Amino acid sequence: MSTETLDKPVVKVAEALLSKRRKKIITDPLSDDNPITIQVLGICSALAVTTQLQPTLVMAISVIFVMVMASFTISVLRNLIPARVRIIVQLAVIATLVTLVNEVLKAYAFDMYKSLSVFVGLIITNCIVMGRLEAYALGNKPYDSVLDALGSALGYSWIILAVAFFRELLGSGAIFGFKVFEAVGLSSFPNNGLMVTPVGAFIILGLIIWVQRTKTGYVEH
Amino acid sequence: MELISIAIKAIFIENMVLAYFLGMCSFLAVSKKVSTAFGLGLAVTFVLTITVPANWALQEYVLKEGALAWLGAGFADIDLSFLRFIMFIAFIAAMVQLVEMIIEKFSPSLYGSLGIFLPLIAVNCAILGGSLFMVQRDYTISEATVFGFGSGFGFFLAMIALAAIREKLKYSHVPDGLKGLGITMFITGLMGMAFMSFMGISI
Repeated sequence: MSTETLDKPVVKVAEALLSKRRKKIITDPLSDDNPITIQVLGICSALAVTTQLQPTLVMAISVIFVMVMASFTISVLRNLIPARVRIIVQLAVIATLVTLVNEVLKAYAFDMYKSLSVFVGLIITNCIVMGRLEAYALGNKPYDSVLDALGSALGYSWIILAVAFFRELLGSGAIFGFKVFEAVGLSSFPNNGLMVTPVGAFIILGLIIWVQRTKTGYVEH
Repeated sequence: MELISIAIKAIFIENMVLAYFLGMCSFLAVSKKVSTAFGLGLAVTFVLTITVPANWALQEYVLKEGALAWLGAGFADIDLSFLRFIMFIAFIAAMVQLVEMIIEKFSPSLYGSLGIFLPLIAVNCAILGGSLFMVQRDYTISEATVFGFGSGFGFFLAMIALAAIREKLKYSHVPDGLKGLGITMFITGLMGMAFMSFMGISI
């Protein structure tokens, strides 16, 4: 019996679709290696839309779409792109995807397109997209790259959604436009005007970073 | 007068960093020392002053609806505005490359002090943001130039101020979790509050 098992040719088992390593690729950026709070990337474009939850959600979905698609494309093309012109190639791929998102928003959600204004276009220069392409998609297989992009995009999304949640709740007393404080009978609760201004975003994000880093024990030197 | 008011607005009231969060990445990453912050601020001002009017020309003569009319009547109803993002970013990248080459040729010392920041400007949100705002607000060529310079200078000011504060901050006791990014966020918030008091200025 034992010889029989020994004689069997060694079959290389294909890695499971969601193996432990791959799960880690997705979950790492959510907390321990969060693109915003730990790596300090991609704070640029999206904070400006976080005064309310709804545009933030649209922004988050757009970023997830652009990142996943861009990582996939670059990863498929990774052996064809000459190193010297890779930045331009990456920019072209990202810009094409962002144009796509922009046109879709313009066609099907014109109000949202108006309120997001230039910030959809600024996904192009969002450092997370470019950063993940440079650091991961250029050297890894498509499926892994897609998971990596998804993880980073989700890590980014939950942070901006958290910022938007507090800013909308404290700034205009609402969640997704639904007046929470009036609904629970606290209609005299004053709105904090500071939260609607950019200052509110900086301070909320600072607090989130503080809590998050205290939790993960990350210290910057 | 109109132009001065645009400049004041771009520098103080609608500061790229403090009011629109644009260029935050390099703003946070490069503001640890005043000297490097100075170099990057200068480069950003320079590139913005060039790219905004240049992209204005691109928008006006190529991308806008009917902009190609100068090619002949057959081109009059072409609308290429969906190509805006890709054209702008390609133009900015090309411009940055050109500026890099010119500076390297004529002023090696400045080139040396700017170093890696120069090529990285191509992916600075403030640059693309400047061009996109210019389109959205329908500026004329002179307004676009002033706006480009103003937003660059605003970025420069905010950057230098933050770098100076962070240099002093080294000597203070900051809680572990707040070190670095966290405390910088609070400082930026406070700076934003200070810049908000310029809101009353109108010329």
